Amino acid sequence: MPETRAFAPQFVSGRHRDEAAALGMWVFIATEVLLFGALILGYFVYRHLHPAGFAAASSRTDLVIGTANTAILLTSSFAVAWAVEAFSAETRKFCATLLACAIGLGIAFLVLKSFEYRSEYREHLVPGIDFKFDPVHVDGAQLFFLFYFVATGLHALHMMIGIAVLGVMALLINRTPSARHRTALHSAALYWHFVDVVWIFLFALVYLPGRAA
Amino acid sequence: MTDANYLNAEYSLRSWFFTTDHKRIAILYFASLILFFFIGGAAATAIRIELATPQADLVSSDMYNRLFTMHGIIMVWFFLIPSIPNTLGNFIVPLMIGARDLAFPRLNLLSWYLFMLGGTVTLFTVLAGGIDTGWTFYTPFSTLYSNSYVAVAVTGVFISGFSSILTGLNFIVTIHRLRAPGLTWYRLPLFIWSLYATSIILVLATPVLAMTLVLIAVERLLGVGIFDPAIGGDPLLFQHLFWFYSHPAVYIMILPGMGVINELISCFSRKAVFGYKFVAWASLAIAAVGFLVWGHHMFVSGQSLLASLVFSFMSFVVAVPSAIKVFNWTATLHKGSIHFDAPMLYALAFIGLFTIGGLTGLFLACLAYDVHATDTYFVVAHFHYIMVGGMVTAYFGGLHYWWPKMTGRLYSEYWARTAAVLIFFGFNLTFFPQFVLGAEGMPRRYHVYPPEFQVWNVLSSGGATILAVAYLLPLFYLGYSLFFGARAPANPWNAPGLEWQTPSPPPEHNFDQQPIVTRPPYQYSPDFKAEPQNA
Repeated sequence: MPETRAFAPQFVSGRHRDEAAALGMWVFIATEVLLFGALILGYFVYRHLHPAGFAAASSRTDLVIGTANTAILLTSSFAVAWAVEAFSAETRKFCATLLACAIGLGIAFLVLKSFEYRSEYREHLVPGIDFKFDPVHVDGAQLFFLFYFVATGLHALHMMIGIAVLGVMALLINRTPSARHRTALHSAALYWHFVDVVWIFLFALVYLPGRAA
Repeated sequence: MTDANYLNAEYSLRSWFFTTDHKRIAILYFASLILFFFIGGAAATAIRIELATPQADLVSSDMYNRLFTMHGIIMVWFFLIPSIPNTLGNFIVPLMIGARDLAFPRLNLLSWYLFMLGGTVTLFTVLAGGIDTGWTFYTPFSTLYSNSYVAVAVTGVFISGFSSILTGLNFIVTIHRLRAPGLTWYRLPLFIWSLYATSIILVLATPVLAMTLVLIAVERLLGVGIFDPAIGGDPLLFQHLFWFYSHPAVYIMILPGMGVINELISCFSRKAVFGYKFVAWASLAIAAVGFLVWGHHMFVSGQSLLASLVFSFMSFVVAVPSAIKVFNWTATLHKGSIHFDAPMLYALAFIGLFTIGGLTGLFLACLAYDVHATDTYFVVAHFHYIMVGGMVTAYFGGLHYWWPKMTGRLYSEYWARTAAVLIFFGFNLTFFPQFVLGAEGMPRRYHVYPPEFQVWNVLSSGGATILAVAYLLPLFYLGYSLFFGARAPANPWNAPGLEWQTPSPPPEHNFDQQPIVTRPPYQYSPDFKAEPQNA
């Protein structure tokens, strides 16, 4: 049985479709860069305005969980990159397993993150709702935590979307006995790496300012 | 009787609301935009009626704030930004480049649904009592002092932003990947170049607005000062972020209009656009430099003098590519065989009105004069010359030009010309007096004013009446043509572009055979018919 036409009528070949999909993903990432970019710009404006407050607030973050999460996320990106490199009709089961590993690591990241949020809530560090900071009159401490929650919250949202996307990809390549999902896998991987890169920036901005020697 | 085409292929509601055909999605957008245009227009009408007399007689000051805010929000985000790209662009881009659809048809449909969702949420604020911050959501108006539905309106604009991003993404990929064989970049019609530049802005500027709106919502919900100075925030940061999007958004609004004008001017002077490469690159130059001029909205906001100087200089720089376009259109007319069909009347009106709008923009780019003119009617007149005199005129011109292609019907040339002339006079009568008012110091956004300004205000309101009638006219004669108009031939204007090589209206997949392009665009003379673009 010949495979049904695998690409929409606006394309002339499967390869044509793949090139369009890849370009679309890169353009989407450009949009995302500007989305996080605006937030990070706001962060720098206030860090410049309140260096002491940002340093004091940053020293209250949980460096251990932050570092562990960085390692977890980088490892997950490695698994995804490996899956992309190894992908072929013969290795698709193995690649699905690699994606499952990445998903597991992503979930581990979110679990650790939620522990971190919980301890911050207990320490009265949630701006607007329950914020007590000692010394009381350090300007900018609350703003730091506001950016912390908005940025890491938005990042966590991206993680959840990424986990869902990787899940769909794992199911698809497990089920389809060919390498036709190569581009979709590549796009999903691009997204995952992008979310990873955002975290590397956030790690430096959130955990390090108050800890310089 | 007629051949199978995209309109008569299927009639069910499902075939419209779940279509992935770019032509049908363009029609969906077109119908929605008519709705939003008249809602925004109704608010403008109420404003002009109120301003006919110096004292308050129609609405309270609070209600007036809500009127001009709603007028701005609806017109900017739910009419001007999607107008040409999402209706004419959606319909014409694939046809112009010889493609069967956009690169991502389902994304295109999603974009329309997001647009409608955002529009519905925004209209909900109208029903709930409106929003009184001005379309710019300036802090602390929008955070500390507003007791209206800011968070809801912001959500509506936020959602519609994703619709813009998806459309921009779709156009970029389509223009890169789906051009017909032989259709090189320098053979593209200039409409495509300007939509490409527009899409870059849509993709790169809109997310910044999205993040800014998120921060406003967070500030309102949590009461932590991000932008509100009373609780430790920085209102200048809001203005920087807002205008980083909203100034490029001006070019989102005008670049597609410029693109349409290229097509009209060359078609109705039967000549290729003069200096093709300059016009093409001017679009990209406007998109690029347009990202670096946002600070000219903040000359009196307290930014540093050095920043103001740089932004002033960059604002003069961005006028250069715009001027190149105007000069090149004029040079295209020179020794052309000019036909005054309705689309051409709109195109000529565009050139005049855009030039006035652009030149008064240079007044405002001057630091010293801007201090005098900030927040006066001079600014209002200036940007209406660009957005209404420019963009809306181009939209109507393009709509008339491609109407036979979109609907397969011919409209009444007599009524179309009448409407074009009425729009030109009505527009100038409405907005030219506002330059005078602004220069004399009448501030914007007040519903009462000193009696000595009344003459100019009455002229403006009178002009607005003519303009309103002129904008309603097409609804009737274009609507009439849908049912009773003569059948349009495939190429009513004898134009060489690929979109005219398919039947009117086009079949579902646009082209029966993949067209192959062998020549540059705009080959009107001496006899293009012997050698159309897809030889």
